Amino acid sequence: MTVLFELQDFSVAYGAVEAVHQVALQVNEGEIVTVIGPNGAGKTTLLCAAMGLLPSSGSLTLAGERIARPSVEAMVARGVALVPERRELFGEMSVEDNLLLGGFYRWRTGRRDQKERMEEVFAIFPRLKERRAQLSSTLSGGERQMLAIGRALMARPRLLMLDEPSLGLAPLIVREVLHVVSSLRSLGVSVLLVEQNARAALQVADRGYVLETGAVALTGPAQELLHDRRIIDTYLGLGNKSAAVAVAP
Amino acid sequence: MTRRHLTLLCIAALALSWPWLPEFTVTLFSYIALYSLVAAGLVMLTGVGGMTSFGQAAFVAVGAYATAWICTSPTATAALGGIVPAALLPWVGLVFGLLLTFVVAWSLGAITLKLSGHYLPLCTIAWGLSLYFLFGNLEFLGGQTGITGVPALTVFGVSLASPRALGPLIWAVLLLALWALHNLLDSREGRAVRALKSGRVMAESMGVDTARYRVKVFVLAALLAAVSGWLYAHLQRFVNPTPFNINIGIEYLFMAVVGGSGHLWGAVLGATLITLVKEQLQDLLPKLLGASGNFEVIVFGLLMLFVLQRFAEGLWPTLARVAGRFLKPEPVRAAQAVAPLDSRTLPAAGELLLEADRVTKRFGGLIANNAVAMTLKAGEVHALIGPNGAGKSTFFNMISGVDDPTEGEVRLLGAAMTGKPSRDFAARGLGRTFQHVRLLGNRSVLENVALGAHRRGHRGWIASMLRLDRAEEAALLAEARRQIERCGLGAHADAPAASLALGQQRVVEIARALAGQPAALLLDEPAAGLRHLEKQALAELLSQLRAEGLGILVVEHDMEFVMNLADRITVLEFGTVIAEGTPAQVQSNPRVLDAYLGGSDDEPIAVAA
Amino acid sequence: MDLQIALLLGQDGIVNGAVYGLMALALVLVFSVTRVIFIPQGELVAFGALSMAALTAGRVPATLWLLVALAAMTLVVEAWRWKRGATVDWKSTLVWTVLFPALAAGLVLGLRPTSLALQALTTLFLITPLGPLLYRLAYRPLADATVLILLIVSVALHGVLVGLGLLFFGAEGSRTPAFSEARFDIGGVPVSGQSLVVVGVAFVLVVLMFLFFERSIVGKALRATAMNRVGARLMGIPTDLSGDLSFALSALIGAVSGLLIAPLTTVYYDTGFLIGLKGFVAAIVGGLGSYPIALLGALLVGQLEAFSSFWASAFKEVLVFTLIIPVLWWRSLRSRHVEDEE
Repeated sequence: MTVLFELQDFSVAYGAVEAVHQVALQVNEGEIVTVIGPNGAGKTTLLCAAMGLLPSSGSLTLAGERIARPSVEAMVARGVALVPERRELFGEMSVEDNLLLGGFYRWRTGRRDQKERMEEVFAIFPRLKERRAQLSSTLSGGERQMLAIGRALMARPRLLMLDEPSLGLAPLIVREVLHVVSSLRSLGVSVLLVEQNARAALQVADRGYVLETGAVALTGPAQELLHDRRIIDTYLGLGNKSAAVAVAP
Repeated sequence: MTRRHLTLLCIAALALSWPWLPEFTVTLFSYIALYSLVAAGLVMLTGVGGMTSFGQAAFVAVGAYATAWICTSPTATAALGGIVPAALLPWVGLVFGLLLTFVVAWSLGAITLKLSGHYLPLCTIAWGLSLYFLFGNLEFLGGQTGITGVPALTVFGVSLASPRALGPLIWAVLLLALWALHNLLDSREGRAVRALKSGRVMAESMGVDTARYRVKVFVLAALLAAVSGWLYAHLQRFVNPTPFNINIGIEYLFMAVVGGSGHLWGAVLGATLITLVKEQLQDLLPKLLGASGNFEVIVFGLLMLFVLQRFAEGLWPTLARVAGRFLKPEPVRAAQAVAPLDSRTLPAAGELLLEADRVTKRFGGLIANNAVAMTLKAGEVHALIGPNGAGKSTFFNMISGVDDPTEGEVRLLGAAMTGKPSRDFAARGLGRTFQHVRLLGNRSVLENVALGAHRRGHRGWIASMLRLDRAEEAALLAEARRQIERCGLGAHADAPAASLALGQQRVVEIARALAGQPAALLLDEPAAGLRHLEKQALAELLSQLRAEGLGILVVEHDMEFVMNLADRITVLEFGTVIAEGTPAQVQSNPRVLDAYLGGSDDEPIAVAA
Repeated sequence: MDLQIALLLGQDGIVNGAVYGLMALALVLVFSVTRVIFIPQGELVAFGALSMAALTAGRVPATLWLLVALAAMTLVVEAWRWKRGATVDWKSTLVWTVLFPALAAGLVLGLRPTSLALQALTTLFLITPLGPLLYRLAYRPLADATVLILLIVSVALHGVLVGLGLLFFGAEGSRTPAFSEARFDIGGVPVSGQSLVVVGVAFVLVVLMFLFFERSIVGKALRATAMNRVGARLMGIPTDLSGDLSFALSALIGAVSGLLIAPLTTVYYDTGFLIGLKGFVAAIVGGLGSYPIALLGALLVGQLEAFSSFWASAFKEVLVFTLIIPVLWWRSLRSRHVEDEE
């Protein structure tokens, strides 16, 4: 398996506070990798820094190319797309316009295939097609998440980074969205999925990393992590105490 | 020598050399003092209060025209002729001008100060222009020619007709005003005014009526401008609309910004700089450019652009820093008599402090809080937890008075609080902290904490300006120091708040809330961003406060922090309470596990091949 | 007041309203993309009018030298930034600092146009690049500052430009020959061809802007930058260039406005400020965000001015500016602004 995306000794600091500490992480071609952990563990910070929205130290390698100072423009140019925690949709524009702008970079670099890309996205998210003329601010939470992902897909990214897609969504919608994420493999998109909802994320991922106070605490194949008791400790703040909690196997 | 000595020395030097300075310099200095007066008002308004005004020139106009009219108009003379001797007319003009300014400023302020963000300065441009055109077109004010023949001021029979004679009075007024403003800033009311800049929510939660205070600062600045106008009219001896146009209004703001809008002496520095430079440029530029006209504004504009990009705080702080290396610090005055502060008797342990009765909040179609019921008793720590998006922040706003529930009721110490502002919550015994620390960074920890005791003092603006509030101020500061010691930060009481670590800043916020003598304390994610040792210290402090009888509600994400500290925990998910009980009960509750870890295992997500 | 006079005044109001509408358009455009309240827009209008006047009188407008000076300064600043490691888009930089000034200089000094049409075109080339150059020099370094600081910068810049205007064009006013000398009689009311040109051009510009922003992907990208900067960056939209583009469009509108008013009234070096402020009142009616309401506001201002100039001509400015207060108050009621995080 070829390594598509790799972080080594990756750290992100806010002034004196280190939010992410020397993280080593790898996403192979065609893989879905998830980073889980309790709130405040630094997951979003990690993703934003990987996309160049925050300054970082350490090494970031994309398809063998070492990117010295990651910037949003550089990452977009190399086929990386981020669906941020707050979606960052263009509220006063229609679903169709939002998707169209997702294809802006391709349009600017001469690839005028926005129509085809949009049909692809509509095939994945039929609900968006129904609401194509609607203003994005009037969509429900789940539809907005779908639009955000669809918009990112318009750029035909090699690597899609998702920041907590389940945030604020009802369990049924979460399942729908993550099902779509698992199907992205067939489009040739590799996925780095950051999630607070550990169980759902581990069910769709190939491999996982557990982040705790900015550092990687556990890693391994997703199926193994799914049944690892130590994750509960991390999430419920039981620290070093032995977990007296029964977990459904 | 100290700063105070240096200031007195400079004033003495000016006073002594006054009779021997050339006529031109004396006139210039008189104008500098006039402009400084307006600029000082702007420092209070913009620098301290955070409200930008381009329209101060209009108030100068009101002051000037008021006295000019009283002194020269036949109508006024007819009305006052019998009662007031001619020599006292200018003083009547002053009173009239101040009254008029008060009315205009209060009305304008009440309407426009509600305008948030950038709307306010736009409004000030509007009424600045409006008043300018009004004055220029009113017949009884002489239209564009204005009013001539304004008499000189007479004080005790001495006519102050020339700049050399009137100048000292102008400087005396300026220095008096600076002294009064300095006193105001150094007092309880001054702390409240400073808090206006960091946003409504924080100031209101300390009991400050922000709307009222904003209008008061605005009126104060207007009155200062009016006094400047009065003096100007009796210096120039004629008044026309030209010096009150919008460009001069802009220049006043420039003076405050270039000098240093956060510092009173910055006003004087700015006024001096701009006036001197303007003088020079008015001579120099036409010769340089070979054309006649007022080109100084080009240089001023460029100067402003430069200052804004490089010296955001103005030039005074840099000057003060340089001077600070040569000056000794002020000796600390010993505290004198201490007046008593308002106190309340705190409820006994177990008493119900705060009750949320089926609180529901809807935003359009979204239900953020769904019939949430919760109680807080004295002598306990109650934690409110839940995953992201559970509605904790919304609920926090309901119980702290920042927002009102759509349905249900919040009761504080038995009283229903629906529709009441957060000021009333503070008055009734609620203290709170903020998720993102809201402290005045460059003020000392002591001053920040003293703001929390704002409601427990009563000395007003005039008392503060005249230094009649010292006993109460000593009591407030002593109380603040007590709370700082109680929270373990005694060593840092006089350090600037921004120099402390985040964990310590959170504790300062708690001390500030405690200074209000609350019965209930609401903490918004106090452990966020803290390192392990800081969290331990915080937990110890909260345990200690609990033992002392306080009721503490903590909204938190950090499970470890909460599990070891709380007596009871309420868990929210999607706006609804899904569990409530002791930490042990909550940890073993399967619904809580689901909420945090996500879903239940028996319905796996269909994974594409 | 009879119907005849009312119609004449109404016509005046519409023509003025059209000009204020263009001002409002430009102000809303710049604000929505860059959060700058561009008060100096009025000066660009005056410069447009006065440059055209200079050209029609056969003189070299001093704006050319301003353009060259600003271009040179911008080049220096960009080179310095590049040396310090910042990303510099040389393509767009060269367009504004070399291409446009060269074209303008070529037209003014080389071609020396004598026809009104070519002179108008030259004016457009002279004024349009001033927008992006002023943006890069004065505003871009403070891109993350609050709206308030940016407003103070605008006021400072306004002062500089008014002073320069006095220097370049002197205290005397100018007027240019009309684009159309025709006179029509519509329903008994005399209508000048020039008025029709003003309203017509304004209308065409508004429609073009509408099409650009609503139908073209670049226009949508500009709007998106205004709505959500982070989102726009993530789409690969070059947000720095959107500042350039919005200021360029604004300057273009300013130049066109200047060309339109120059034949109608004598323009002095400081006329721009008042026109700008009235356009500004209109923009505020639209909440600095909505084009259609801003245009309606512009027509309202135009009518208010026309009729109050008939009844109480000395106080017409007072009325127009006092109008802004209730409008601002009403506006701030409607926008429940979260003022805490300023």
